[in-house]
Amino acid sequence: MGVPLAILGGAIRVGTPLLWVSLGETVTEKAGRINLGLEGTLLMGAMTAFAVSLGTGQPWLGVLAAALVGTVLGLLHGLLCGLPRVNDIALGIALMLAGSGLAFWLGKPLIQPSAPPLPAVPIGTALTDQPALRAALDINPLFVLGLVGALAVHLVLQRSRIGLKLRVVGDSDPAARAFGLAVGRYRMGATAFGGACAGVGGASLSLFYPGAWSEALSSGQGVMAVALVIFARWDPRRCIWAALLFGGASAISPALQALGYSQGYYLLAALPYVVTLAILIGIGRPSAEAGAPGELSLNR
Amino acid sequence: MNVRELLSSLIPAGAALVLTVVAFSLAVGLAGFPPVEVWSLILQGGFGDAFAWQNTLQRAAPLLLTGLSVALPAQAGRTIIGSEGALGLGGLAAAALGHAMQAQPAVVVWPLMALAGALVGGLWIGLVGWLREAREVNETIASLLMSFIAIAVFNQMVETVLRDPASLNKPSTHPLPEALMLPPLPGLDVHWGLGLGLIAAVVAGAVLKFTPLGLALRVAGGNPTTGLGVGLRVSALTIGACAAGGACAGLAGAVEVAAVHGAANASLLAGYGTTGILIAFAARFSPWGVIPVAVLVGGIAASGSLLQRRLGLPDAAVLVLLGFAFVALIGCETLRGRRWPQRQRRAAAPPAPTVIAEPAHG
Repeated sequence: MGVPLAILGGAIRVGTPLLWVSLGETVTEKAGRINLGLEGTLLMGAMTAFAVSLGTGQPWLGVLAAALVGTVLGLLHGLLCGLPRVNDIALGIALMLAGSGLAFWLGKPLIQPSAPPLPAVPIGTALTDQPALRAALDINPLFVLGLVGALAVHLVLQRSRIGLKLRVVGDSDPAARAFGLAVGRYRMGATAFGGACAGVGGASLSLFYPGAWSEALSSGQGVMAVALVIFARWDPRRCIWAALLFGGASAISPALQALGYSQGYYLLAALPYVVTLAILIGIGRPSAEAGAPGELSLNR
Repeated sequence: MNVRELLSSLIPAGAALVLTVVAFSLAVGLAGFPPVEVWSLILQGGFGDAFAWQNTLQRAAPLLLTGLSVALPAQAGRTIIGSEGALGLGGLAAAALGHAMQAQPAVVVWPLMALAGALVGGLWIGLVGWLREAREVNETIASLLMSFIAIAVFNQMVETVLRDPASLNKPSTHPLPEALMLPPLPGLDVHWGLGLGLIAAVVAGAVLKFTPLGLALRVAGGNPTTGLGVGLRVSALTIGACAAGGACAGLAGAVEVAAVHGAANASLLAGYGTTGILIAFAARFSPWGVIPVAVLVGGIAASGSLLQRRLGLPDAAVLVLLGFAFVALIGCETLRGRRWPQRQRRAAAPPAPTVIAEPAHG
């Protein structure tokens, strides 16, 4: 009982930023763009959230500020990629460098102090007296918000006019133009949304778990988003499972170590990538039926 | 490269330079540092004297190879972004081989270490190229996933099977004996990795430009249908280009182990692979173009310690400068070859008869 719950708790802890980052990237990719710069956005979001929470004492203000910074970085990517002959993959990597550099620079004075963290949703406290289980089940409020967000994004994409238009833009440039849709604006909006989500993912890192600011805060969660989105096959609902699985794969090792197994720590954590690659090999070029946006450079 | 091509390259590069200088000056200015002094220290710390140049070239050495590791597949139309993992595995293979053969003379072991690194890296990225041909798996994503997997394998091996029990806080493979460490180039304080990188870039550029193989590769990458039409083995060519790129990344890892770290550990994965992607894009995938870009990036990186010592500027400032520069360079690509409407009209207009007649009067 204890170990599976500990793994689930760990999966939620590690998976929350992954959920946010992949949710945002799903929307960006649905509009036909890929943003590889979310690692920089994530770090900027984490640093901003921490600084604002430290300055104001209001962690939720920090989350909001992180979303704003993420929006700005997303807009920058969207704007530059809208210009002809600008490669979205290269620009994403350049923004990753710039974003992490800025976050490290501006975050230098934030390494020592501790900011007010986000309050946990006390499911564990309500259910049990065991401290270990409590720690596992007092969950990140941003995870709950992320669940709601995933379902909301799904509904908007599938059921609303704007969602349909966004999918048309992502699927076929000529078709979208024939309908008179402003392709560039949709892509920019989708990239900005992706950036905002990545900013919130960063806030989850610095304000809940691990709950401090350091330069080693992110272990590549921003870049992982791209893998998660493929794993989830561009479905926001499946981002939840993808985030839990990727998070769980990292969380399972400490749980197993507690039981005396310590072999294969890194290989286990890399298992989701192997599975993602296997999925890609299995389906070959992702088809439109599989939810893959046709305009995405990765699918052409 | 003719004059017009040169000009069309200078416009975006110049615009990017101006943007970078303005943006970074603003950033350091806002942070309370004097921009003029910062820039002069960057020039001084990167290119000011012999010591600065040695530091710069030391850093440029792996960047030459990782830049090539992206540029070569790109010539065949493949966007590879997984050099970091290939570099790690190449370094790991070289470190393991070097330790196993530590009693042998260096002249025997060095080539084998280089070969081991190149082979492992080449196989790793070659597999990515093959997956694209065989299963239509997108090579960009596949190389990223393979890079994550490679880094996991690297960490696992360094912490278990290949771990030196003496490395306590920082898990590491067994260190190479002093006799197997790569010496500096004659007359310089820069290791042989720089020479290898330069040779690789010059040779790769020459092969692309002057040999039938290079032409075939560029045709296969530029227009696969035409390539097939004229009887080229397009699949083999693109897989080969990916493997060659991977070999460069693996070689970079082997060189870093043999010349700098003396063992494979976490310091090896310092982002050279990621920076290599940007270097290749900035050089527009030209192997010769990789050389100046890598040296420039190496110089900026090398100036970091001087900035920190003299002004107390955090080391992350260099990362910001590089990030700004690459964002500007890649964004300014939009200015390349843009046809201004006026010039277009003038070029298209037929020469007026009077112009031809004029010289006769003179």
